[in-house]
Amino acid sequence: MTDWLVLSGILLVVVGFVLRLNPLLVVALAALATGLSAGLGPVALVSAFGKAFNDNRYVSVIWIVLPVIGLLERYGLQQRARALVAKLRGATVGRLLIGYLLIRQLSAALGLTSVAGQAQTVRPLVAPMAEAAAEQTHGALDDATRDRVRAFAAATDNVGLFFGEDIFLAIASILLIKGFLEQNGIVLAPLQLSVWAIPSAILAFLIHGGRLLLLDRRLRR
Amino acid sequence: MIGLDWLYALAGAMFAGYAALSLRDRRIGNAAFWGLLAASFLLGGRLGDFANGCLVLGLVALAGCGALRPPPPATTGPAEREASAARFGSRLFLPALVIPVTALAGTFLLKQIPLFDPRQVTLLSLGLGVLIAIAAAMAWLRPPALAPLEEGRRLMDSVGWAAVLPQMLAALGAVFALAGVGGVVGGLATRLIPEGNLFAAVAAYAIGMALFTMIMGNAFAAFPVMMAAIGLPILVHGFGGDPAPIAAIGMLAGFCGTLMTPMAANFNIVPAALLELKDRNAVIRAQIGTALPLLAANMLIIYFGAFR
Repeated sequence: MTDWLVLSGILLVVVGFVLRLNPLLVVALAALATGLSAGLGPVALVSAFGKAFNDNRYVSVIWIVLPVIGLLERYGLQQRARALVAKLRGATVGRLLIGYLLIRQLSAALGLTSVAGQAQTVRPLVAPMAEAAAEQTHGALDDATRDRVRAFAAATDNVGLFFGEDIFLAIASILLIKGFLEQNGIVLAPLQLSVWAIPSAILAFLIHGGRLLLLDRRLRR
Repeated sequence: MIGLDWLYALAGAMFAGYAALSLRDRRIGNAAFWGLLAASFLLGGRLGDFANGCLVLGLVALAGCGALRPPPPATTGPAEREASAARFGSRLFLPALVIPVTALAGTFLLKQIPLFDPRQVTLLSLGLGVLIAIAAAMAWLRPPALAPLEEGRRLMDSVGWAAVLPQMLAALGAVFALAGVGGVVGGLATRLIPEGNLFAAVAAYAIGMALFTMIMGNAFAAFPVMMAAIGLPILVHGFGGDPAPIAAIGMLAGFCGTLMTPMAANFNIVPAALLELKDRNAVIRAQIGTALPLLAANMLIIYFGAFR
């Protein structure tokens, strides 16, 4: 029975997200429920959470790029990105994002994962370009459509990153797999693992690319 | 040796600047939130675990009672920006490109210099790229001295509490690991598979990987659990499957889960805040249609690729 109680944190997370409570609050409560049901005292629990939060500070380091992006936006970076797209004949949201998907997958496959990203490229460049392309085919965008185009720009960055990076030999996930298998007596070269990422990468490009073309179709109406 | 501490000092100084600007504008909640985060980056290594935990509780309390206010209005209007974009042209992209180029070059060059921690050269180069980009933009555009901090603060305020959500979720993952959540979930998954049915076992493995990734927000946390519960004992040792595709594509099945969960906040929730979307889950909604067919495809690749 105590086994099942440690799953209470998972339940809290699901319920919290469905009810749209503040996620920071939900996460803290989930940690509390999980820790207490596993028999941790309050002080040990706060300490464990504090240590893990401190150890993971590198996750939040990416925010140091915001002053650069903000400064350039002040001088019209987004407007310039839109103007460039407006000059391209035949540019559509779908074609533009398919091009970005390809670049993102290829660069991630070469190990260049932090060259692009949501803060570095999507907010200042890709999203405004996609919006400008949508306006060319669709005319002025209502709020819901504009949000949908922006969401697809963000989604395309994620799909490109996730289904490109594992082709690279020295990426964290490949090293994690190699290490785990070695602990269990199976020795594999990273190349033997990363070639298996190629079929999924191609399928990801086809599936997401197809959906982007469908998005174009829906916008044209 | 120059390591992550230097980068944390830079980030800490930046958050301290945001806190000071917020205080000047009498935005007390924002000042307290960014101030606590600055303390975490500047002093976190010396505070001790319990004090760090209390700091996190402070952040949660501020976010939970809605103390953070939306960002101040933009410093330049759309018309001004259009004019400026026309004046400076595509050269505006150059400072933004300095960051990835420096990150790329630094990753290879800094490794040669013993002064830098070789494990952290990519992140360190990213920090270096930011400093170079700011210096270049300041020299060229000649904005007021506080402009980078003001503009950074405006964007940071639009992200708000979501900025620390990825770090919070990583910490929750550590508590889950401490409590043995993975073992319980793995045991549950094993019990659901009908014995002797290869396709059901492959499906349970791939779907389990995606589902557990959705719960943990991270395929790295799900992989060892599912591999130890189903991948190795049932697929590799039981059915004699090839471990390379089982492991490699199992991880990718997990990535399909990452596309569908708010727990992967840095990929799914933070962009919604950065792009100022009304629906917090809009990015996930745009991704589900790609993630589900791709998960099915990965399942089939394991089934046909690993058991020939």
